[in-house]
Amino acid sequence: MAKVRHESAWYPLEPGETVLDGLLRQGVQVPHACRAGACQSCLMRATSGAVPEAAQVGLKDTLKARGYFLACACRPREGTALEVAGAAELRVPARVVDLESLSGDVLAVRLEVEAPLDYRAGQYVTVVRADGLARSYSLASLPREGRLELHVRLVPGGAMSGWFARDVRPGERMHLQGPAGDCFYVPGQPEAPLLLAGTGTGLAPLYGIVRDALEAGHTGPIHLFHGALEPRGLYLVDALRALASRHPNLHYRPLVLSGGGGDVEEGPLEARILASLPKRPVGWRAFLCGNPEAVLSLRKKLFLTGFSLKDIHADAFLPSTPRAGPVAGAA
Amino acid sequence: MASVYERIGGEPAMAAAVEVFYRKVLGDDRINHFFEDVDMERQAAKQKAFLTMVCGGPSNYSGKDMRAGHKHLVARGLNAMHFDAVVGHLKETLEELGVPAELVGQVMAVAEGARADVLNR
Ligand code: FES
Repeated sequence: MAKVRHESAWYPLEPGETVLDGLLRQGVQVPHACRAGACQSCLMRATSGAVPEAAQVGLKDTLKARGYFLACACRPREGTALEVAGAAELRVPARVVDLESLSGDVLAVRLEVEAPLDYRAGQYVTVVRADGLARSYSLASLPREGRLELHVRLVPGGAMSGWFARDVRPGERMHLQGPAGDCFYVPGQPEAPLLLAGTGTGLAPLYGIVRDALEAGHTGPIHLFHGALEPRGLYLVDALRALASRHPNLHYRPLVLSGGGGDVEEGPLEARILASLPKRPVGWRAFLCGNPEAVLSLRKKLFLTGFSLKDIHADAFLPSTPRAGPVAGAA
Repeated sequence: MASVYERIGGEPAMAAAVEVFYRKVLGDDRINHFFEDVDMERQAAKQKAFLTMVCGGPSNYSGKDMRAGHKHLVARGLNAMHFDAVVGHLKETLEELGVPAELVGQVMAVAEGARADVLNR
């Protein structure tokens, strides 16, 4: 049996159980969302004992060196003892300053942080509510803008999005953890063609990335595809059209599966993107965000057409997954 | 004598080869279902480790790891036909990158030697 010590109490783990599951099962609050090692909202720090390598995959070296690990990916070996602490010291307090509805199901949440957050446009942060509920959201803002902007999709029955939509007013406080993610623009090769594609609120990081690239003086063609099921799933359409009219190298292509017409194309996103590429897309860079199936499928297709893996930056939005089995007091 | 790995250009050559090789593998409907649902970067890293090993470069692959690493695929039906397909893509990749026939032959021999472990025979 492995055991974990958290705030002066020891908790036994069942064979093969993760630290996250073991602690939650025994009533310890640990922020978490994806349970797949991707969102980093379940970060904890090992104060003594060793964590398996798999629990630190994807973490920055500075975090690894300080003993941070992902509780949802940490299965300590049988017979080991691990002492852990939460990641409170990595969190910064933030305050909601403004809420704006961008479409029927997307809410812009603007935040002010008390300590400056050092991030790149396109990265994401984890919002941690006072009771420990955590969700990750991409940043649509640019660092120089001061305020952070998140695009929150209103998920039916969603705990965090429902709270934002119903209860949160300007002034509400929460904590942010992060930033994380490596889907961002890196200056250099300003003439390289860029492909940006996203579905739904996958537009949020792309909105940051496209403006970041333009401000950095990117001169190569930038193709921005935003896909939705229907026209009302699109948002920021006017802002992006205005941006494209100021920057002739920006080609904004809103696309829907049904109900298109006028300036909105109709058809499947992936086929449209592939059809728009040259035969040999040499030197292209791609940024893909949103729905995981769409992102992963497109990434594979782009690789097969000749994109180098290092030139494809993908951020698949994993849904938050509740713990399997009955959970006492879950809501 | 220098290993095949060194003679064909070491790590940079492997980095170039792995994308060509992986693209062939993913584009082959006979075998690509074994490579689905996995993180592409991790997958590419594994392929690179494999290429490095068959070329005689620094690697920590052992026969035991090869067995353990393919066990679940054998359970899903991995057989000699699939193995041949992968080895065929490897050969084509090396040839496309201009590796001399004699060295390609040496790599093929190493790959052949891994057959029993990969197929858990
Ligand atoms: S990384 Fe552990 S819950 Fe997302």
